[in-house]
Amino acid sequence: MRWQRFISILKARDREFVRDRSALAWNILFPLLIIFGFAYAFTGDQLDQYKVGVIHQSENNEISFYSTQYIHFIDINELERTTAIDKVKRHQLDMLLEVDKKRYWVNDSSPSGYMLEKVLAGSGGEGYQKQRVQGAQVRYVDWLIPGVLGMNMMFSALFGVGYVVVRYRKNGVLKRLKATPLSALEFLSAQVVSRLWLIMAITSVVFIGCDLLIGFSMAGSYFNLFLVYALGAFSMISMGLIVAARVKSEEMAGGLLNMMSWPMMFLSGVWFSLEGLHPWVQKLALIFPLTHITQAARVIMLDGAGLLVILPNLVALLVMSVIFLLLGVLLFRWE
Amino acid sequence: MSSILQVKQLHKQFDQLKAVNGVSFEVDEGMCLGLLGPNGAGKTTTVEMLEAIKIPDNGSIQYRGAPLNEEFRNKAGIMFQSTALQDFITVRESLELFQQLYPKVSDLEQLIQDCALGDFLYQETAKLSGGQRQRVLLAIALVNDPDIIFLDEPTTGLDPQARHNFWQLIHKIKQKNKTIVLTTHYMDEAYELCDKIIIMDHGEIIAQGSPRDLLSEHFNDVVIKLQKSDELESKLMTLEEELCSMSITRHESWVEMQTSDVNQAVKQLLAAEISLSSMQIRERTLDDLFLELTGKELRT
Ligand SMILES: Nc1ncnc2c1ncn2[C@@H]1O[C@H](COP(=O)(O)OP(=O)(O)O)[C@@H](O)[C@H]1O
Ligand SMILES: [Mg+2]
Repeated sequence: MRWQRFISILKARDREFVRDRSALAWNILFPLLIIFGFAYAFTGDQLDQYKVGVIHQSENNEISFYSTQYIHFIDINELERTTAIDKVKRHQLDMLLEVDKKRYWVNDSSPSGYMLEKVLAGSGGEGYQKQRVQGAQVRYVDWLIPGVLGMNMMFSALFGVGYVVVRYRKNGVLKRLKATPLSALEFLSAQVVSRLWLIMAITSVVFIGCDLLIGFSMAGSYFNLFLVYALGAFSMISMGLIVAARVKSEEMAGGLLNMMSWPMMFLSGVWFSLEGLHPWVQKLALIFPLTHITQAARVIMLDGAGLLVILPNLVALLVMSVIFLLLGVLLFRWE
Repeated sequence: MSSILQVKQLHKQFDQLKAVNGVSFEVDEGMCLGLLGPNGAGKTTTVEMLEAIKIPDNGSIQYRGAPLNEEFRNKAGIMFQSTALQDFITVRESLELFQQLYPKVSDLEQLIQDCALGDFLYQETAKLSGGQRQRVLLAIALVNDPDIIFLDEPTTGLDPQARHNFWQLIHKIKQKNKTIVLTTHYMDEAYELCDKIIIMDHGEIIAQGSPRDLLSEHFNDVVIKLQKSDELESKLMTLEEELCSMSITRHESWVEMQTSDVNQAVKQLLAAEISLSSMQIRERTLDDLFLELTGKELRT
């Protein structure tokens, strides 16, 4: 490994990226557009409907509360009580009722909760015990941002390495480099490092841009978040290297990269929580780096989770990075 | 002169196709060797094996008495038949990039001057004309001050003027006593630049030697060219008997007569009242040699 060769390839790649204005603009605009789109889509006039989670609904003793109009009752399994309480904290549920134990949870800072409490008291729920929960409202966009940032990294990592190296191979850039003393390791590390720092720079810009324009919740440590995103980007870049290793046509590369990114986009919990999905699908989702990035970034940003909580995600990302990287480097051919 | 490259019994097959089939030759230090042949003859496959880009199925290549190794990359300057440079990078940046990949390098300013790159040094490589591009690629091939330079069809697709400019550059390199291996399907290019040529067809060598030697070995005649016309045809018919010392070949708009005695031939033509106003007399060329050796034209 000669640093001079590594640095010169790195510099060339950075220049190419920064000077390709349209691609650069797209890399920044795309996530902003998505986040704005969703911020507005979900802050408009929502249906005037209250959401009440009910545990043991079957045992309900027909108090008249259940026939109140404009309340959407959601059946909740006893085992998911904690999750449901969390939803009350985040204002995703306005109230949670546990019928057999005659108790309910409302959020102190939720006007809807307050209203529902009054309705319940006046329609047969006098004996129910109040459980207090506290927590600011989590808008959908707050919930969305950690994953959307990860998703944007995914596209940039996979295509920025996978597609670009295949293009180099197809048009002969790689062959020309092969004729020099440059080693595959020097070349590939330069691609990885260039992409990694560009992704981190762009993600920072998008992050700051979103915060200035819509503002979002950031409960945890910036260092932890940086760690998750950096390791996450690294793992997905390494994933791109596997496609970059052998493929000779851009169409083939595009196909493979789409095949990797689409399932990740929908099954990593970026857009909706995986809780409702089939357990097998939930298990399957754990093989995607994006699932771990989304999970970890979300608990850091929303709940202020510390390193210990996200350790399993970090370990998973690290293991994946090492495997992908080894595969990518060992399989690599210049031609 | 000592040999810098020794090539023995090279073979390379793609599926069923024997692209290179038992090729052996030597390249002497300081010479310009031309690999000559029609498209598909196996020239590129051969040089790419010499460049250590393709691995031969069989046979050996020795550079200064040793098999090709990592050090050879530092000594070889390579210009491929088709290459792309990275997008969005200027000519100067490309040169600097390649320079930084080598331990020992040529003086960049000198190289820019030699290859006449001054006018478009700060343009992106993707936006150059054909001739400019080839000069940049040549400069990149020279960036490591190589001992041996491989040029694969460097002037294919260039207009005549750009070709002549490029030839001037190669003459300059030759003056610096560098060894050059050049492939081409232009016989005039080989004749102009090469000290020795190897003519290839179907993956095999069909002749090798200096251009002059090859021509004098195979020919001792010249060619009289006349513009084709019906009148000429009918007069030639009547002359056919007497003209047995000449062989006649008919091309699309020319008739060519090969003869070893021009004076005699011209006398006979005049005697038959054939108009010589369109007459040209030319020496035999490598194109004729190729036709002679293979029975087909080099370019069809
Ligand atoms: N990578 C390859 N795969 C299959 N066939 C090839 C490949 N490279 C060259 N060939 C074939 O080998 C023959 C020789 O090609 P090449 O060496 O490029 O000829 P030239 O340079 O003289 O035009 C051609 O018939 C060509 O189609
Ligand atoms: Mg060729």
